[in-house]
Amino acid sequence: MFARTCSRSGFHCYGLNSYQSAIRGGHVWFQVRGSEQKVKSHGDNVDILIALNSESADIHAPFVSPGGVIIYDKDRVKFSGNLLSQKARALPMPLGQISRKFDKNPIMQNTVALGAALYLLGLDFKVFETVIGDTFGKKKESVITANIQAATSGYEYAKSNFSQLEVTAKPPSNPRPKMLMTGNQAICLGAVMAGCKFYAAYPMTPASGLLHWMAAHATRCGVVVKQAEDELAVINMGIGAAHAGVRAMVGTSGGGFSLMVEALGLAGMTETPIVIVESQRAGPSTGLPTKTEQGDLNMMLGASQGDFPRIVLSPLTVEDAYYATIEAFNLAERFQCPVILASDLLLSEHIETVDSLSKDVLIDRGEWANSTQQQPFLRYRVTETGISPRAIPGNPGTIFVAASDEHDESGVVISDVLAGIPKYVAERKKQMDKRMRKLEVARTQMPPPKVYGPQEADITIVCWGSTFGVVSEVVDTFGKTDGIRVNAIAFRNIWPFNAEKAEPLLKSAKKVLDVECNYSAQLARLIRAETGFEIKDRLLKYDGEPIYPYEVIGKIREVTSRNA
Amino acid sequence: MLELSKYKSETRPDWCPGCGDFGVLNALVQAVANLEIDPKDLLVVSGIGCSSNLPGFIHAYGFHSLHGRAIPIATGARLANPELTVVVTGGDGDGYGIGLGHFIHAMRRNLDITYIVMNNQIYGLTTGQASPTSQKSFVTKSSPMGTIEEPVNPIALALVSGATYVARGFSGDPKHLAELIEKGIKHKGFALVDVFSPCVTWNKVNTYDYFRQRVYKLNDTGYDTSDLGMALEKSREWDPKIPIGIFYETTKPTYEELDPVLRTGTPPVKASLSQSDVDGLFNEFI
Ligand SMILES: Cc1ncc(C[n+]2csc(CCOP(=O)(O)OP(=O)(O)O)c2C)c(N)n1
Ligand code: SF4
Ligand SMILES: [Mg+2]
Repeated sequence: MFARTCSRSGFHCYGLNSYQSAIRGGHVWFQVRGSEQKVKSHGDNVDILIALNSESADIHAPFVSPGGVIIYDKDRVKFSGNLLSQKARALPMPLGQISRKFDKNPIMQNTVALGAALYLLGLDFKVFETVIGDTFGKKKESVITANIQAATSGYEYAKSNFSQLEVTAKPPSNPRPKMLMTGNQAICLGAVMAGCKFYAAYPMTPASGLLHWMAAHATRCGVVVKQAEDELAVINMGIGAAHAGVRAMVGTSGGGFSLMVEALGLAGMTETPIVIVESQRAGPSTGLPTKTEQGDLNMMLGASQGDFPRIVLSPLTVEDAYYATIEAFNLAERFQCPVILASDLLLSEHIETVDSLSKDVLIDRGEWANSTQQQPFLRYRVTETGISPRAIPGNPGTIFVAASDEHDESGVVISDVLAGIPKYVAERKKQMDKRMRKLEVARTQMPPPKVYGPQEADITIVCWGSTFGVVSEVVDTFGKTDGIRVNAIAFRNIWPFNAEKAEPLLKSAKKVLDVECNYSAQLARLIRAETGFEIKDRLLKYDGEPIYPYEVIGKIREVTSRNA
Repeated sequence: MLELSKYKSETRPDWCPGCGDFGVLNALVQAVANLEIDPKDLLVVSGIGCSSNLPGFIHAYGFHSLHGRAIPIATGARLANPELTVVVTGGDGDGYGIGLGHFIHAMRRNLDITYIVMNNQIYGLTTGQASPTSQKSFVTKSSPMGTIEEPVNPIALALVSGATYVARGFSGDPKHLAELIEKGIKHKGFALVDVFSPCVTWNKVNTYDYFRQRVYKLNDTGYDTSDLGMALEKSREWDPKIPIGIFYETTKPTYEELDPVLRTGTPPVKASLSQSDVDGLFNEFI
């Protein structure tokens, strides 16, 4: 609600929910950063800490910045204040007392504290009221009133007892309300704008948000949404739907993707377009279900037996998740192959304001066969680009069987009695070459990695996916103030890897630092395999938490000071 | 009725001479011809196995998918285009072994598809290992001392899982089988047709003779196909006589009739790709 108040007031913001795989209990916190400028990461410090229990106070107090405050319940929270930095203020409030006046449920304390925060920041209370109204819109009128009253009391209490922060939120010069969404929601919005008509999933954090949004919007957007019995069913249903001619998407995390592996190859072999969202979480195995990681790149690139074309995109920001999804559908149909959208918990679940998303969506459905062709229909016709015009059931004159077994141009299986006969040995090779040619054509169409920041830099950071958020923030802030010039190369269209465009960028960099959220530097390994360029300096994080700006800055200092 | 030749594939079946699956293919062709289903509107989906090669041997759209995954493929296709007639064909290993989970879930959904299982009680394609329907003590390459597990009872399983049409045929009686398949396709909802389809190469116990001596038609006994309790009882009959025919038939709303999007009538494959209320959709995020 606080983030929504910021975005509606025209501020940018970025919010991150940190939770555990438990429905109640555990240490849970939600963090929001707002600014007039675009906010690209969760940041390092906090200005206002609201601690509803002693544990939260102790854990987060050291991160309250000078000039910042901690708001806590003076009766319930034991907080000595000695963890606070100098110049930070402790603001005890009777949160429980106030909230009990409006509702028995202690959750109302949140609202009281938010009211106080609004005052401290000088935010517009009216906007907050509209947010409360919309948030509880479906509930009883009394719930809305109680929340507004609780927030007002918090606001008034703060006004009579505390002074505002030194830096308050001046109304932005352009107070146009901004869209606020998670990466998962951006993917869903992109999907329905691209004409996705089928979405299947089996619940799994952090991909479940996709299922929830799609289910809630199914009728409105005309998407058949299927919660299936397992991920084997999920991807095969997606392939079946795509085979029948609709744009289909499935979503999961690493564990579910592991179950999809065999069918990934089926999509490759039958040349069925399908979009698979793989929202990574910390592995291996069940790992840390509610914590972030970028540890599945190797799997996405290597999953399933044999060689077949696949495309892997890793959106860099929430906004990019929207565009990458639309692109994924186009690429899937243009090249008739599976496209994997590599997200992760951080990108999928954090909320971020986006300035504007284009409503003009370019749709490319690839090459289609018309019905007046000669018989038999050559569904897998060998062509120069490897792309064979496709057709769907129901269409007259283009009957064929899609087969997971190797087949000839007409789709007839050549794996059984025909296998080994010289004509069919050659036929097999032709089909392999045809399919793999699509990958080569796709490779030439892949844009170069995104170069961010100044042309000339003392150090160049290499990253992929959501890590671009924190990296770009460091480029923008530290890179402009500290005398060390920093830029970044962000890999987004990861596979097929366009070495021709990536290699010169890497080779011309003075110093290169690889920043990834995994143990084994999976992107750096890919870069080395594809270009021979080895990145020795690495910041690798795999404790489940996202990378913080100070960690990148620390590493930049270390690397640039060495034999400088 | 349409000409049977309309469904004739360019590819000749490569099953062993005498394989029960020939009878199933002929019965299926007879059934769709009787129902006058245009080959372009028929989608035959299979998994992997000798029996799963069937889509290649009939002139219709087909998807010869992965071992055990025919039902989800068919489900996706059917949900994308409910105007297609979707028939799933496969083996006992495919459907009652590796794909068992999908089988049960498809039945409880009552999706309007027809599932024909060529049940030869063996893994044919992989040269003769025990299958989930192999009789207890059955000696195979993978069970030289005889199997020690109870076989799956697909009819009983279907009855308790919500299938709305449950039948068993015998490929030694293709005329009767064609009727069962035809009724199954016409039936609105999930139809199972389990077929005794002897593997003449690897199963020397459950042969044509074995079944000829044992099978009898439920229909000949004044049997009531609407009685679930009786159907369950009949599903457990094996010695000395084995019933074939329709065990149970009922009407329930299909998944397609209940799905909030499909209910509106336009098949998703024919729906416009663009959204009607783009501004409303975007404004939700403000
Ligand atoms: C994932 C996977 N595991 C194993 C196999 C090997 N395999 C192919 S067919 C088959 C069994 C076939 O038995 P059934 O479904 O009864 O068909 P039949 O050949 O008897 O008609 C097996 C185990 C495979 N293709 N895929
Ligand atoms: S091995 Fe058995 S099931 Fe396979 S084709 Fe031969 S007879 Fe039929
Ligand atoms: Mg079998």
